[in-house]
Amino acid sequence: MKFDWIIQQSGTIAGLFWSHLVLSLLPVLIGLALALPLGWIAQRSGIFKSIFLGGAGLLYTIPALALFVLLPGIIGTKILDPMNVVIALTLYTLALLIRTVSDGLDSVPEETLQAADAMGYRAFHRLVAVELPIATPVIAANLRVAVVSNVSVVSVAALIGTPQLGLLFSQGMQQRFLTPIIVGIVLCLILAVLLDGLVIFLAARLTSWQPRKVQS
Amino acid sequence: MIDWLLDLSHWTGSDGVLVLVAEHLLYSAIALLIAALIAVPIGLYVGHTRRGVVVVAGLANILRALPSIGLIVLLVILFGPVFASDLAFIVPSLIVLILLAIPPILTGTYAGMVAVDAAVVDAARGMGYPALGILFRVELPCALPLMLSGLRGATLQVISTATIAAYVSLGGIGRLIIDGRAQNDYAQMAAGAFLVAVLALVVDLLIGLLSFLLVSPGLTRRIPKAVRRRSAY
Repeated sequence: MKFDWIIQQSGTIAGLFWSHLVLSLLPVLIGLALALPLGWIAQRSGIFKSIFLGGAGLLYTIPALALFVLLPGIIGTKILDPMNVVIALTLYTLALLIRTVSDGLDSVPEETLQAADAMGYRAFHRLVAVELPIATPVIAANLRVAVVSNVSVVSVAALIGTPQLGLLFSQGMQQRFLTPIIVGIVLCLILAVLLDGLVIFLAARLTSWQPRKVQS
Repeated sequence: MIDWLLDLSHWTGSDGVLVLVAEHLLYSAIALLIAALIAVPIGLYVGHTRRGVVVVAGLANILRALPSIGLIVLLVILFGPVFASDLAFIVPSLIVLILLAIPPILTGTYAGMVAVDAAVVDAARGMGYPALGILFRVELPCALPLMLSGLRGATLQVISTATIAAYVSLGGIGRLIIDGRAQNDYAQMAAGAFLVAVLALVVDLLIGLLSFLLVSPGLTRRIPKAVRRRSAY
């Protein structure tokens, strides 16, 4: 480990850390925003459920590097465009979360729905105020998986050349220099723990009505 | 990309597509086999005795966050001087592939064992099955569906990471993507990406077929309706 190298490069490393954070988090936000309505549709309709879940399973099978390379050919972006990474990871997140949202909504007890109806909740209001809060723990659990795996998948994009912490790995490989590699791995792990903690925190805030349980 | 794939000269020869696919499958199979040899016994032990559950769950989470490409590069530089010739990058790549394949197989085996109906185990014990008989003839067949879904996850992970390992000169389809990037040859990169995606889908289908053949019909309720109705009484 050469600590003077870390201090000297701290500006660059901070920049890479920031892009890594954006590239990991943005797809989760977009993916969640799309998965909520699509998961809701899937839960109501059998046909859409099999189409969505089948498509999601197929998508999830495709290796990340392949998707990073194929997307520019399909949507016409430049190969180095960070949009490719954002779109690819959004698709993976979406694939994971559609099933989750649909399962989460399925987990709402029938009596609760009937009680909400009897209290005069309209369809949309019932969804937002009753069903989604009850589904939140299930959705949050899978959101954690999505966020943490995104952090490690983003670094794969270094092989194409998109700037983020993964560049430290290719730099270390080219120069046979261990310090950037170790810095990259440690920062990836820190980022994963931070984002995981953020999801846990937000989920706990959103479900503060729940009786306190030991967080696992 | 299509032109690249249709050019037969890209398919044959010592660095042709056929050789690359074979290499990719070989490395993946070796990694999966070793990972299964390690993970299945541990999973069976943890599932049977319910000891070390917390360790298993924690391990799976940590490994998910580890950037595989960083780990491969780290091991290549650390081990590079130790091994001669090609082993300098083959061994580190295989270690990472094995490390990535262990958690899904381990958690699948463990979860499958835990999900076995306790009444079934009690019944087997009541019928006089010895401990090992219960493990291999009752618990294992009942746990098989979840074990195979763990294997499925591990296989996808390994095939996808073996592509990345081309960066440290490992053979396999990843070569087309990495070399194509170096030569600015997008057609070759796209062809490699397409082939890897197809390979992953085909292998995934094969494992699906395997679980259809291996899993007892009593577990999946694939019994014809007439038979089921008769046996209900």
